[in-house]
Formats: sequence, structure tokens, C-alpha cells
Amino acid sequence: MTARACHSAGCGPRAALMALIAATAAALLSGPAAADPHPDASRVLSIGGSVTEIVYALGQQDRLVARDTTSNYPAEAQALPDIGYMRQLSAEGVLSVKPDLILAEDGAGPPETIALLKQAGIPFETIPPGTGPGGLADKITAVAEALGVPDTATAPVAALQADLDRLADISADPAQKKRVLFVLFATGGRITASGTGTEADAIIRMAGAENAVQGFEGYKPLTDEAITSAAPDIILTMRRGGAGAEIDAKAEDLLALPAISTTPAARNGAVISMDGLYLLGFGPRTGKAALDLHDAIYGTS
Amino acid sequence: MVALDARNHRIEGDRRHLGRALSLWLLALLLVLAVFSLGHGASGVSAPAVLLDRLAGRAIAPTDAVVLFDIRLPRLLTGILVGAGLAVSGAIMQGLFRNPLADPGLLGVSAGASLGAISAIVMGGALPAAISAAIGWHLVPLAAFAGSWLAMLTLYGIATRQGRTSVATMLLAGIALAAMIAALSGLIIYRADDEQLRDLTFWGMGSLAGSSWSKLQAAGPVILLALMAAPALARGLNGLALGEAAAAHVGIRVQRIKTGAVLITAAATGAAVAISGGIGFVGIVVPHLLRLIAGPDHRWLLVNSALLGSSVLIVADMISRSIVAPAELPIGIVTAMIGGPFFLWVLLSNRRALDG
Repeated sequence: MTARACHSAGCGPRAALMALIAATAAALLSGPAAADPHPDASRVLSIGGSVTEIVYALGQQDRLVARDTTSNYPAEAQALPDIGYMRQLSAEGVLSVKPDLILAEDGAGPPETIALLKQAGIPFETIPPGTGPGGLADKITAVAEALGVPDTATAPVAALQADLDRLADISADPAQKKRVLFVLFATGGRITASGTGTEADAIIRMAGAENAVQGFEGYKPLTDEAITSAAPDIILTMRRGGAGAEIDAKAEDLLALPAISTTPAARNGAVISMDGLYLLGFGPRTGKAALDLHDAIYGTS
Repeated sequence: MVALDARNHRIEGDRRHLGRALSLWLLALLLVLAVFSLGHGASGVSAPAVLLDRLAGRAIAPTDAVVLFDIRLPRLLTGILVGAGLAVSGAIMQGLFRNPLADPGLLGVSAGASLGAISAIVMGGALPAAISAAIGWHLVPLAAFAGSWLAMLTLYGIATRQGRTSVATMLLAGIALAAMIAALSGLIIYRADDEQLRDLTFWGMGSLAGSSWSKLQAAGPVILLALMAAPALARGLNGLALGEAAAAHVGIRVQRIKTGAVLITAAATGAAVAISGGIGFVGIVVPHLLRLIAGPDHRWLLVNSALLGSSVLIVADMISRSIVAPAELPIGIVTAMIGGPFFLWVLLSNRRALDG
């Protein structure tokens, strides 16, 4: 929702900060959205990669019967039946795995299908989107509450909090923040980079660095001149693994591109490559991922 | 000998009597497939068992009732109407343009619908809350339908001068209009975020998965009206096959036929695309196949196209929802994957007849 509001209200770093403060304040005032507990649910369908990951982090994986296409982590999850892409669910396909509880990330759909599932009398719990540090802990708590095992959230939330606290301790002096360019694709020498409002932008900020590209939202192709003027200190890419590995941007290929060769990053040969799900997944591992990214950017502290 | 050959040839070529018999067979096929489709699905709910329970007044599990009456039944009816609408629209366009490869895309209907859907998916969030609350999930179908009509009316307006529509102008202006619409769509797609891009891609591949009674209530009557009006065009389209001037000489009111053809196609295709997204190939393969079997007489071609179009879509939908169960393959992929090679096979095996 905040991303959409940005279109009309204008979106500078200050607006983003205000939104973050507002969201945090709202979260503190209202507490995490309370999901109805379902301690007896034994056939849980998990929709959304981060929700599935949280179910595993809570040690509740034995109750899962199926997952959606975006649930790739951990590897064991891939052995579960796949009910399709989370925004294009088929009502009968979902019913065929006979779930007695559906846990869905925000944005699961289409709405017609969700309405039918509710009509069929299957408990359906929507887990709030957890971008931002406070949101992540809320997300873990919400999944634990929906599963009727609130106590299991304590350990993962504490671990996450410890990572975030450590990040806050070691975060660089704002004046010395490094500028990071996240490259999504570099096929054919054309760079598709992350603007603001993306997971990549969020993790870069969590890691105490600054997104070198501020002019637009989302992932968009960049012109050579825009790359030069962005002057990134670091270039960040992700590894896709499996069949996606072919389109992964390789460090030497990236640095050889004329537009990038003029940047500080090329002078220092600073290319960081991290696993895509770990880096951008926004699940229980995100604190660790942000720490790892921080260490890769600023050197081990 | 020569005279006999000539007579034999005429009898051999005259397939008008096949049309009626074929329609009965196609109706029977549709009924069988409809029953089969109701009883078939990923959840394994048995249609006869649920129906017997209901007749006997026994309690039905809420899940079973939802699967049968709120998922499979509206989906089946949507498939029947969409399949019939697409195939009949294809047949009409091919008659109007006198070209076996014509389809409603030539009227800008598909491009317009897709521009409408893209705008709704990408910019729907910017609508005032009161409006989006009132329209709810129907925003994308409504926008697609409006887009298809807007494109069609624009094109019709461009091609019509002094009460006379030029089919050639319509064809050429259609190409220009489609290019402009594609550019506009590209502009909006450029603004889209990742989730919206994925939604757009899936919309373009079509699906009956979102079928519901409320969508059917909105789009069903439109398609049904168009289907009922279509047979009135049959004689006119037959006449047009002779060329516009000849058709006018034998007493056909050519302009009326053109207007009727454009309106019926826009209504049927616009509504079909609005509720099911982009489903290709049905509109070309079905009428073509029927012409090969029973000849080009539109009096039966239109009826049979509706029946066979429905059957093809029901089969494609059964494949789309079972082949990767519990997930679902977009139906447009199924129709193109089966329709493409099948069409090619029919063309090649009838090459001699087509060339001659």
C-alpha cells in the first residue's frame, strides 16, 4: 500500500522515512494483527515463500500438506505438492489437497478464488506483509499465532532481533554510507537495476548502505549514463541457482561493461553476489542476510 | 461419360446436407463432455454422489457443494459460452473479410480488451477507494470489455463514410490502431511492478479459473444475445462470399450485414475475453475445421461453430486443470498447443483440396 501511495504523494527518502515511522508507530499502537489460533489444524496449506519459510523456522513443517510455487525454501518444502502461483490459485486445486487451514501471504489471489475457499468453510488466515524490521517479527508472530503455537515464535523472533540490534550497532556513519547498485539482469549488456520500493532497496538500507538509484520505483532498465551518474561503490547481484543460473550476472562480465567500468565499483572490483532467496526473501533469515550484506560491503566487523 | 463425371462432381462437392446431421452430432458431443466435465476435477468430488445426496435431501459437505455448484458449474457454463462466442465470432469475421485467417483481432477487439485489462491491473490501485470498493474484482473484466468496445467503435467510425463501411479501410486502419494500442499498453507495462507484470502475463494466457456466478451473470447475457443474433447474418454472409457488389445485386443489404457482424463480434468476443482473458486459436481452428467437413454455408456453419467451440473449450479446460494438478495451466497455452499442430495437420492432409 505504501508503494502505491508514493505514486501520488511523491516519494523521496524523507517520504519513505515518514512512512516507515508511521508504520512502526501504527504497529506499536495496535500490536501485531491477531490471527485466529488453529492449534488442531493438521493439514496446513502455506501460500507465499516467506510464510512457508516461517512455518519451517517454527518447527511446524509436519503439519504442512502443500505449498505454492513461490515456496522454494527450505529444499524439503519443494517435495510438497505445488498448488500453483500464489496470485493465480485455482479453487478446486486448493480444495483437492484437503487443507484444514490456509496460511497466505498478503496478495494471494485471485479474489474470486479466495472468496470460494472461504465459502467452502476452510479457515483462511492472511499474514500481514512484513517489510521493514518491525514487520518481520510481526509476520513470524502472526504465523505462530495462526498455527496456535505462539511460544514457538519466541526463538526465531529473538534471533532476528539480535541480528537487527547488531546491525544497528555496527551501522556505518551516515556520511560514509556506501552506494550500492542492485543489478537484477545484465543480459545482452543491458542493465536492469532496482529503484526504490523493492525488496533489494529494503535490504540495502537494512544493511546500512544506500541504494545508488533513487529516481524511480521498481526494477527497470537503466541507460549507460544513468549508471555512470549513479556512481555506485558496490555492485550487488543475486544467484538464482538451478535453471536460472544462466541469466545470473557474472562479476567479470559486469565490470567489463563500458558504463560500469567508469564507476568506483569497477575501480575497486567490488561485486557482491548473494543467493536470491536469502537476499530478497524477507523471511526469518533476513536479519542474517542483512548482516552478511553489511559485512560484504564494509568488511567483517 | 463426361456428363456423368460432371454430375458426380457436383454431388460430391455439395455438402449442405451434412450441416444438419453434424449439428446433431456436435450437440450430443457437447452434452457428453459437459456431463464429464462436471464430474471431473482435481478434488475428486463425485458429481453423481453429491446430486443423489441432494435429491434424497441428505446433508452435503459444504466443500463438496462448493466444488460442484460454485466452482465446476459456473466454470462449465462460462466455458460453453466463451467457446461458442469465440468460435462464432471467428466464423463471422472470416465471412465478413472473406478470408479464412480473419479473426476478431482485426477489429481491434483483442488489443482493446488487453489495453483495458492492463490499465486496470496496473493503475486500478489509483482509483478512489469508493469506486474500487463498488467495482471490486470486476474492475479488470469491465475495463477489458470497455476497451474492446472502444477500439471497435473507433475502427468502425474510421472505416465508415456516408453510411458505407469499407472493409479494406477497416483492415488497414485496424493494423495502425493495433500498433497504437500496443504502444500505449507498452507504456503502461513499463510502469508496472513485478507482481502486476506477472498478473498481466497470466491474463494474456487466459483462464477459466476465475469463473464465478457473478461474472457469468454479467457477461453471460451479452454473449448469449450475440449468439442468438448471429444466425440472422447467415444469408448475408453467404451472399458476401460472392463479393460486395454481387451480394447487393442479389438483394442483400450489405451495410446492415457489416454493422451486424461488427456489433455481434464485439459483443461476443469482448465479453468472452473480459471474463476469461486471451484464449487463442478457437476462433480460427473451429470454423475452419467445420468448413472442411460440411462446407462454407453459414446457415449451419455458425450453429456448428458455437457447438464445436464450446466442446473444444470444455476439453481444453479439463486438460488445463488436470495436467499439473493441484495447480493449473493457463487454458490459452492448452488451446494453442493442441490447436496449432492439429490445425497444421488438417491443412496438410487437405492440401490438395485447398490448392484445387
